[in-house]
Amino acid sequence: MFNTANLSALVAGDRQADRVVPPTGFTAQLTLFAAAAMAFLAVFALALSLAAGRLADRWGDALARSATIRIVAPLDQRGAQTDAALSILQTTKGVQSARALSDAEQQALLAPWFGPDLALDTLPVPRLIEVIETAEGMDPAGLRLRLAAEVPGAVLDDHSRWREPLVQAASRLRLLGWMSIVLIAAAVAAMITLAANAALAANAQVIAVLRLVGARDDYIARAFIRRFTLRAFWGAVTGTVLGLLAVLLLPSASDAGGFLTGLGFQGIHWLWPILIPFLAGAVAFAATGAAARRTLKELA
Amino acid sequence: MIRGANVIELENVAYSYGGGELLSDISLKLAPGSFHFLTGPSGAGKTTLMKLCYGALLPTAGHIRLFGADVRGLDRDDIAVVRRRVGVVHQDVQFLDHLSVTDNISLPLMVSGRQAETQSGDLGELMSWVGLTNRADALPPELSGGERQRAALARAVIMSPDVVLADEPTGNIDWEMSQRLLRLLIELNKMGKTVLIATHDLSLIRATKAHVQARVLRIANRRIQLAGADL
Repeated sequence: MFNTANLSALVAGDRQADRVVPPTGFTAQLTLFAAAAMAFLAVFALALSLAAGRLADRWGDALARSATIRIVAPLDQRGAQTDAALSILQTTKGVQSARALSDAEQQALLAPWFGPDLALDTLPVPRLIEVIETAEGMDPAGLRLRLAAEVPGAVLDDHSRWREPLVQAASRLRLLGWMSIVLIAAAVAAMITLAANAALAANAQVIAVLRLVGARDDYIARAFIRRFTLRAFWGAVTGTVLGLLAVLLLPSASDAGGFLTGLGFQGIHWLWPILIPFLAGAVAFAATGAAARRTLKELA
Repeated sequence: MIRGANVIELENVAYSYGGGELLSDISLKLAPGSFHFLTGPSGAGKTTLMKLCYGALLPTAGHIRLFGADVRGLDRDDIAVVRRRVGVVHQDVQFLDHLSVTDNISLPLMVSGRQAETQSGDLGELMSWVGLTNRADALPPELSGGERQRAALARAVIMSPDVVLADEPTGNIDWEMSQRLLRLLIELNKMGKTVLIATHDLSLIRATKAHVQARVLRIANRRIQLAGADL
C-alpha cells in the first residue's frame, strides 16, 4: 500500500499515471480555493502567535526586572524618607540601580489625567522610586520588611500583581494562535478528505477498469494522492503569498504602537510562513492517502 | 508458468450472493493452450463464473487456483499481478473515456510500469491486427460496438497473457464482426493462449468447430453440465 517510501515517486511524478484519472474541475477548484483560504488564515494565526509570544517575552522579561517604591508621607518628611529608601536600596542584594523620579518625570506621568500644568507641591502626590533589579533578582519580601522598619511611608510594588495576568494573557494568546493553526490544518484535512472521497466515488468506474487491467492499489492511490497534494500545495502557496502581502500592509510596529500595530513578523520569523504550503501538502498527502486506502478497500 | 499445470482450476466451488446460491459444486480445469466455451441460459451464472476465474469474486465454498496459487491466499496486489496474466473482454466493455483508443489499449503496460513499450512497434502491430490503426486517436465513445470489442481484445492481449477470458464478446455486434473477433480469438489460441468464451450463441460455437478443438461447458441449475463434451 502507499507509504512514505513512495514520496520521491510522488514528487518526481508519473505523467502517464496522472492521466489515468480524468480531470475533475469542480473538486480541483474547491481544493485550490480552500487550501488558499486556509493558508491565508494560517499566516494571520502564525503572526498572532509570534506577536503574542514577543509580547509575553517582553512583559515577562523587562517588567520582571523592575519595581517601584511609592513614598507616601507628609510633604516635610517625603524627602527624608526618599533618601532613607534609596539608602536601603543601595545595600539591598539584587538591586542594580535605584533612582527617585524627578518632578518633571512625575508630572509627565500624571499629565494624561491632570494636564501639563499640575503643581506637584500643592498635592499629596507620593514620590516614586524606580528600582532596576540584577539578573538574579531581589527578595521583595525581605525588602518590604526593611522598608517597613525604617521607612514607614514606603510601599514596594514589584509589578507581579499586574504583570502576571498580562504575561498569562499573552501566553494564552500565543497558545490560541498555535491552536488556530492546528484547527486550520484539521479543517484542511477534513476538506481534502471530502474532496478526495468525492473524486474517488466519481471515478469508481475508472478504478474498476484499472483493476481489471492489473493496476495495484498503490498505483491507483498515487494518481489521486499526487493530484490532491499538489493542488493543496499550490493553493496554500497562493494563500500564503496573499497573507504575507496583507501582513506587510498592516501599520508597522513602533515604540508608541500597541499590540495591534505589532501584529506581524520580525526578523527570522518572516521565514516561518514558508512552512505553511509544505504543511498543507503534507496534510493533503496523508488525508488523500487515508481516503484512497479506505475507498479502494471498500471497492475491492 | 509450469508446462502441463492447469492455468485455472476450480474445485467444488460454490458462490452465493444475497442469500441465494448462484453456483454450486463447480469443478473446472483449464489447461494451457486449451479452448473452452461456457454456455447456458441468461442468468445461469456464466459471468459470475468468469469473474471467479480472474479473482474479481471469491468463492463462498471450494477452492480456486490461479496459476497454481489459491485465490484465498492472495491479497489485492497479488490479484492485480495475476490479472496481468489474464486478459478479460466483457460484453459491456469499459474504457477510460478521456483517453484515446491507443492509450486505452496500452493501459495494462502503463499500470505495470512498462510505459516504454507503449512507444514500441508492437503496439502498432497490435492495432493493425485488430484493425484499429485508423482509429488510434479516437476516444472510446466515438467507436462502434465492433470497434470497442476489438479494442477490448487488443487491451486484453497486449501483456501477452496466458489466458484470455471473453464474456459474451459478440453480444453487441453484428455477425460479420463477431466472426472477425472469433478469428482473432482462434489465432490467439493457436499462439498457445488458453481461451475461455462465455456465450449463449451456438452459431459462434459451430463456427469455431472448423478451426480448433474446443470443449463446451454448459451451466444449468447452478452446476456445470455436459462438461468435457467435445464440439
